[in-house]
Amino acid sequence: MPTINEKISEEIRAQAKKLLAEGTVAAVIGYASGSLPMTVKPLVVRRPEDCGKLLWNTFCVLNLANFLPEVLKSVEPPRGPRDPKPEGPLPKVAIMATGCWSRNIVVQIQEHQVERERVVVMGVGSRGMVSRRKVEALFAGREILAVEELDHDLIVRGSGFEEKINRWSVVRDNCQTCTHPDPLLVDVRIGEPVSDRKNPNPFKQVDELEAKSAAERWGWFTSEFATCIRCYACRNACPLCYCPTCFVDDAKPQWVGKSLDATDTGLFHVMRAYHCAGRCTDCGACESVCPMGINMRLLTKKLNKDVLNLYGIEAGMQPDSPLPLTTYKINDPQKFIVTEAGAGKEGE
Amino acid sequence: MTSKTNETSQTNWEPKIIAFLCNWCSYAGADLAGVSRFQYPPNIRIVRVPCSGRVSENMILSALKSGADGILVSGCHPGDCHYISGNYFARRRFALLGNLLDFIGIEPGRVNFSWVSAAEGEQFAEVVRTVTEKVKELGPATRLVKKIEAMQAA
Ligand code: SF4
Ligand code: SF4
Ligand code: SF4
Repeated sequence: MPTINEKISEEIRAQAKKLLAEGTVAAVIGYASGSLPMTVKPLVVRRPEDCGKLLWNTFCVLNLANFLPEVLKSVEPPRGPRDPKPEGPLPKVAIMATGCWSRNIVVQIQEHQVERERVVVMGVGSRGMVSRRKVEALFAGREILAVEELDHDLIVRGSGFEEKINRWSVVRDNCQTCTHPDPLLVDVRIGEPVSDRKNPNPFKQVDELEAKSAAERWGWFTSEFATCIRCYACRNACPLCYCPTCFVDDAKPQWVGKSLDATDTGLFHVMRAYHCAGRCTDCGACESVCPMGINMRLLTKKLNKDVLNLYGIEAGMQPDSPLPLTTYKINDPQKFIVTEAGAGKEGE
Repeated sequence: MTSKTNETSQTNWEPKIIAFLCNWCSYAGADLAGVSRFQYPPNIRIVRVPCSGRVSENMILSALKSGADGILVSGCHPGDCHYISGNYFARRRFALLGNLLDFIGIEPGRVNFSWVSAAEGEQFAEVVRTVTEKVKELGPATRLVKKIEAMQAA
């Protein structure tokens, strides 16, 4: 009996092959197997005969939308920076998308990084992706050589051991609290749609920190980011971070120093998170790629909570309305203004 | 440097507060306060900006990093923006930034936002008094401040 994800992989290969062979798309963005257990690598397929490399499993933690603007550019006929856009429609690109990735594509469309008509979304309902870190923590001190995936369990093998663990128990935190696992945009449906999940409080982690004192929160912030090596993987993995020059690379003025100074590291994280305000879909790619296991996603989660509470917007859920920070309402809450009667923290 | 002077002269420490004031309302309000000889604490250092919408998180955080003990950002009242809507956009951004800074443990009262019009000289003095009071109570800023000694050691 093939597992759910094996069936999905089959469907992806067949659909990708069809799209490429028909000439509907010039490239397909998907996943191929990685070189280590529990890893996959993003793959751009341009020929129908290469579609056999595509796969889908429970370790697809990167956000494929991150590659979309670049791949779209790569399939355009070459032209100089000042040359006019060629006439007629430009080639299309197909991309696998779960709930959060499809919302990131919506944000990219809202921000004019991607044209809707050039994207063929192969929508896959997400069952939650597994955190490699969580699995490794369960087998601390033992080397994992292979992990086999069943529908509800994982079989972890190493030299001299083989254990079965429950899949959901090692699913990433952001997937466990996700409420919209099914893609918003679907051109080609892969597998069965999954329904929205009920989640009593997706912001539990944020609430717990908010309940603490300012000194305790500062303690959390400084210790959480103390081990950051400033590799910027969290930024590079994020589909929102397509700026040609990021603020961390600005030299005049230099907003953050390049050293490992704790203040500079802290400022980098505050600003990076803030740049994602109203745009972050909590896809968890940033957290998944961090080599130091830093939980920087909590910052964007806090912003997501505020954007939802203050402006009633969840990023990428309303393709036809503007992004929360590109619009305003005359009566937006403003308790944070010092001169207001009853001034205080916003949203309380 | 700032931290050193702060340590040695803790008793008569006076906070430095960076005030980003929009050209059309709050800066004019500060001007009016001066012309009308309203008294307010001399702790603020004014940076004139075209609009509160011009003030980015980079500027606020840079000021903190450089050792400002407090920040005040002030623009026109909602509806009065010289550029029609600059302060409306700014309001959303400041609400989120204020909350995020609070979330990471920056003391409430370090970073402040207000609306002051060109006709509100007395109100401007009042805002500066409130903010200075708050910052004095908090003491010298240490969080998100880049220490020069630490920098030299690195
Ligand atoms: S962190 Fe900010 S400036 Fe840097 S790439 Fe991301 S959005 Fe752009
Ligand atoms: S900030 Fe992190 S969780 Fe949010 S969209 Fe970017 S990669 Fe995904
Ligand atoms: S990926 Fe991790 S270590 Fe690298 S810059 Fe981001 S938080 Fe720091």
